[in-house]
Amino acid sequence: MSQLIKRYTSKERSNHWVVAIAFILAGLSGLALFHPAFFFLAHLFGGGPWTRILHPFIGVLMFLSFMVLAGRFWSLNRITPADREWRKRIKDVLCNRDRGLPEVGKYNAGQKYLFWVMVICVPLLLLSGFFIWQPWFAPIFPVGVIRIAVVVHALAAWIMILGIVVHVYAAIWVKGTIRAMTRGTVTEAWAKHHHRAWYRQMTGK
Amino acid sequence: MTNHWVDIKNADFILIMGGNAAEAHPCGFKWVTEAKANRKATLAVVDPRFTRSAAVADFYAPIRPGSDIAFLGGVINYLLSHDLIHHDYVKAYTNAPYLVREDFTFDDGIFSGYNADKRSYDRESWNYQIGADGYVMVDPTMQDPRCVYQLMKQHYSRYTPEMVTQVCGTPTADFLKVAEMIGATATPDKVMTIMYALGWTQHTVGSQNIRAMAMIQLLLGNIGRPGGGVNALRGHANVQGITDMCLYSDVLPGYLGAPTDADAVREEYLAKKSLKPLRPNQMSYWQNFPKFHTSLMKSWYGNAATAENGFCYDWLPKKDAPYDVLHIFELMHQGKMNGFLCQGFNPLAAVSCVKKVRESLAKLKYLVVMDPLATETSEFWQDYGEYNEVDPAQVQTEVFRLPATCFAEDTGSFTNSGRVLQWHWAAAEPPGETRSDLDIVAGIFTRLRELYQKEGGAFPDPVLNLAWAYSTPLTPSPEEVAKEFNGKAIADVTDPKDPTKVLAKAGEQLATFAHLRDDGSTSCGNWLYCGAWSQAGNLMARRDTADPSGLGFYPAWGFSWPANRRVLYNRANADPAGKPWDPKRKTIAWDGTKWSGFDVPDMAPNAAPEQDVGPFIMHPDGVGHLFALKGMAEGPFPEHYEPFETPLATNPMHPKNPLATRNPAARIFKGDEADLGTVDKFPYVATTYRLTEHQHYWTKNVLSSAIVQPAQFIEMDETLAKEKGIANGDVVKVSSHRGYVRATAVVTRRLKPLTVDGKTVHTVGVPIHWGFVGVAKQGFLANRLTPYVGDANSQTPEYKAFLVNIEKA
Amino acid sequence: MALQSLDIKARSATTTPTPQARGAIPVAKLIDISKCIGCKACQVACMQWNDLRDEVGDNVGVYDNPADLTAQSWTVMRFSEVEVEQGRLEWLIRKDGCMHCADPGCLKACPAPGAIVQYANGIVDFHEEHCIGCGYCVTGCPFDIPRISKKDSKAYKCTLCSDRVAVGLEPACVKTCPTGAIVFGSKEDMIHHAEGRIADLKERGYANAGLYDPAGVGGTHVMYVLQHADQPQLYADLPKDPHISPLVALWKGVTKPLMSLGIGVAVLAGFFHYVTAGPKEVEEENETD
Repeated sequence: MSQLIKRYTSKERSNHWVVAIAFILAGLSGLALFHPAFFFLAHLFGGGPWTRILHPFIGVLMFLSFMVLAGRFWSLNRITPADREWRKRIKDVLCNRDRGLPEVGKYNAGQKYLFWVMVICVPLLLLSGFFIWQPWFAPIFPVGVIRIAVVVHALAAWIMILGIVVHVYAAIWVKGTIRAMTRGTVTEAWAKHHHRAWYRQMTGK
Repeated sequence: MTNHWVDIKNADFILIMGGNAAEAHPCGFKWVTEAKANRKATLAVVDPRFTRSAAVADFYAPIRPGSDIAFLGGVINYLLSHDLIHHDYVKAYTNAPYLVREDFTFDDGIFSGYNADKRSYDRESWNYQIGADGYVMVDPTMQDPRCVYQLMKQHYSRYTPEMVTQVCGTPTADFLKVAEMIGATATPDKVMTIMYALGWTQHTVGSQNIRAMAMIQLLLGNIGRPGGGVNALRGHANVQGITDMCLYSDVLPGYLGAPTDADAVREEYLAKKSLKPLRPNQMSYWQNFPKFHTSLMKSWYGNAATAENGFCYDWLPKKDAPYDVLHIFELMHQGKMNGFLCQGFNPLAAVSCVKKVRESLAKLKYLVVMDPLATETSEFWQDYGEYNEVDPAQVQTEVFRLPATCFAEDTGSFTNSGRVLQWHWAAAEPPGETRSDLDIVAGIFTRLRELYQKEGGAFPDPVLNLAWAYSTPLTPSPEEVAKEFNGKAIADVTDPKDPTKVLAKAGEQLATFAHLRDDGSTSCGNWLYCGAWSQAGNLMARRDTADPSGLGFYPAWGFSWPANRRVLYNRANADPAGKPWDPKRKTIAWDGTKWSGFDVPDMAPNAAPEQDVGPFIMHPDGVGHLFALKGMAEGPFPEHYEPFETPLATNPMHPKNPLATRNPAARIFKGDEADLGTVDKFPYVATTYRLTEHQHYWTKNVLSSAIVQPAQFIEMDETLAKEKGIANGDVVKVSSHRGYVRATAVVTRRLKPLTVDGKTVHTVGVPIHWGFVGVAKQGFLANRLTPYVGDANSQTPEYKAFLVNIEKA
Repeated sequence: MALQSLDIKARSATTTPTPQARGAIPVAKLIDISKCIGCKACQVACMQWNDLRDEVGDNVGVYDNPADLTAQSWTVMRFSEVEVEQGRLEWLIRKDGCMHCADPGCLKACPAPGAIVQYANGIVDFHEEHCIGCGYCVTGCPFDIPRISKKDSKAYKCTLCSDRVAVGLEPACVKTCPTGAIVFGSKEDMIHHAEGRIADLKERGYANAGLYDPAGVGGTHVMYVLQHADQPQLYADLPKDPHISPLVALWKGVTKPLMSLGIGVAVLAGFFHYVTAGPKEVEEENETD
């Protein structure tokens, strides 16, 4: 049985899950308002009007919790030359040909890119959402601004949803990952395999 | 109206001046749009403001408030100098060819007979030359220098287009355009109508404004014709009915001149009123005055009125002075009148100069207000802060408020501007302890009568003997009253030509005022309304939309006084030979044996054209009066005089004669003269008016009206606003020498500064409608600003032209 | 209100066809601005028929009252003082309210199924009980008409008195208009009526008189006769070429299905990747390395 390495503190995990839950709720309620095919999701929130009422508050919660999260992981997500190399070999990564991949720190390039996508999308969603927030703020703004805002909001949300789909899938695909966010630890083998540089840093090996 | 509302659709040209039909009469205005859409009629508006009527007009010309006679005089001059008159009509149907006395003169603004101390005229010289045959002398060629035509031509020659511009501020081109449009209707196939209202009456020269237009319509041959006439648009649904029933003091119901102190003897009074024909064969219909008057007395006093007691003539009050509203409040103000029954009237808001009215009301012992609403008048003693600053402790007047039904809660008749009586039925139950005006009056009367019965009193007879034969004396039914004013035969009424022929059996409702008698065999509460409830029933309740003429006369809709006649003077619709001037707009014509057609002839039915019976049958000469004879207080020809508060130093027409600056015959009380402002302190002309969203001071109590026009405002032109540093939406204070109002400024291009007599004149618009009770935003009664002076003839106050100052509040 | 006699042609947030077996003659309300005297009787009739009472506002320096459309004021008069010809003032008074577009931007934008419907006769109606208060209809409308109530957060606008029309009555504003400036009938008849009015206006010197029935929104079921049809913006900014904003079209047009598809594809891609490439597992040997 290999040793366990601490990857996330309980605070970090909680923070992540607050963001995640907020995202799911905002996403589902947002989808309900986005396309008739998803309107049934409104029932999860108590119907259309409740969906409309709750969605922005959930969004604000997501923004705030994400900002804390982003603060925690900001410096760890700086892009390095090694990340570019990793990115070039993305095909090998996808095909599970992991041998000879560049050494990865706490986060690989894919994770980092996702992080930055979130850093852009979440504030964008907040800002554009603010302009269309009924009944509080929307009446203040001219319709031209609101029209831009609705498009920006939809695009940002879409990009973010796609990103999160990848994020979630990656967690499922890469075995041994989910426990990092549930229990806070990963196996040494997992760390050594996927995040060797980080593994070295943590274990000194 | 000489014509009626629907008839406006028959006009070729419509002039709105001295009124604002689109805003004040939006429902009637539909007939203007009908004329425009279906007859290709044109509409011109002359008004100090670019009104909502102007918004849909083909042409708009601005005018300074209070200068209408100059404008209309200019039109008369234009018509005469361009020979744009309907010659045959003028010659046959007006007094243009009639000769006027040699001693009638006009000298620098003053007619002959003026007494400056009394501010009135001895009108003796304002008369015709009477020939040896007892008839007026006539010059059919209209060349005699003393004929009306020549005198008129001379009188109005001073009203050149340049003079019009100088006095009215109307650009000359605009004036000429309107004059040209008016002149185009001088041909027999074109007819113009004029729609006016309080914009003409509410001046110290109000009656003469209207006379000037009447002259124009006579010159154009437009009176008595479909699409023509002189049409007063009345301000309330039933104000025509009020006028007809004569709740004014100088006339009795049906415009029967009331007796004065000089008329102590009945026979003399009746003789004076029975005008004898001044030309051969004329009907001079007032010769029937004794029939109308006697029937009225029979209606009032029933069996008590007998030939022996002169039909109770002695019981009628004989006026010692005019009792117009200004005089009434003047008497109150002097402490000479100390009780006031106020019915359907809100004088604190409606009578000029709120300060004086409030002071007057505070001097009363009692005030009884009968109204559906809590009016300002009934609250005059309450302190409403700046809106009505009063110390209630200082007011001793005892105020009684008797809640009355509103029109939708009672049954009765309305008489509209077009003289059509329409019956209406109660649509709702009145709230609480509300009673109809009829019941309130009946209650007061029966109690008074009881007191007289018990206690006697100085002169109980007229009260004790008043006919009150209603089935329940405390609640007379509207139907009973309607039947009463229609009149009935007391004894059989027979045909004077054939005494065996009974026209109406005793007890029957009368069908026409032609059946009224002066021997006491008929009773009638208002001869003009006779026929409205005949043996055939309540004709006012008719709703038949048949229109055989296609001209919109609807002869079986309601009842139009007199005699269900839809257009007055309709004999003038046909040429002297009896053929319609315009065959397409035929109303009546001579068919060889009688007058017949689509309207009730305003003419003896069998008076053949050869008899030369004039169409203006109420006049002793049978013709329309271009020269008003003694009829008007300030002269037989309308002359421009400045408003009592004028922005000019002199009357530009008479710069050297200060007597002729203002109407020389208009009455002003001593104290009120001191309350007039001058142009140095109050440099701007103000005018008050109604807005379409509201009806006087009532609808500020109606939520939906308050929503669509919630708060008081003042209108002013952009130049003045700039000069005064006032921006649109700022709060401004408008003050006259009598008071002030504070309201939001509406700065608009619809008002324009005008150049008058070499100086710039700005007009400030003051909409009425706001006060201190109601659901609309509280505001100031507009009449805080207006002067206490009225028209020389009707005493209608000068609400339409006075001086103010304006400043940012 | 949904009335059976008014079959529904289109329904918000609904991707399948609505019942359309029964046809109806397209109707239209024609507002002849050259006949309008701005009396606001239509505003009051609208209030009374629909039981609406806005607040008693204030004067803000103009005749427009209430100053704007609200959830309680579904139509307002807009007054414009213009000088098309130098020195000739015109006071143009336009009755503002829902235009009942053939291609309604509100309906396109609305996310709540059935909150906005378009009847077969062309009337566009809001069913407030389905409204979720998101305000997208406001965003979608090229004429700035719908208003969200501050009280109940529902969207409101002129219904063209669909309840009255359904039983063969004209809208309340038409019924009350004293000058006949507002008329109602089949769209075809109204266009014909307008032609007569336009000919009359041209004779009176309004060379550019015309009908406002903007093609950009597929035509409207509320049309204007304008004295200056070449410059509709004179009439309190009536849009010259109204159409659903390209942004709204983008948002509620292609993006809706494409983005939804994109998300679905992403999920499926993951699934199939897992099935084909398999999970990424850490090999045991590495552990012992």
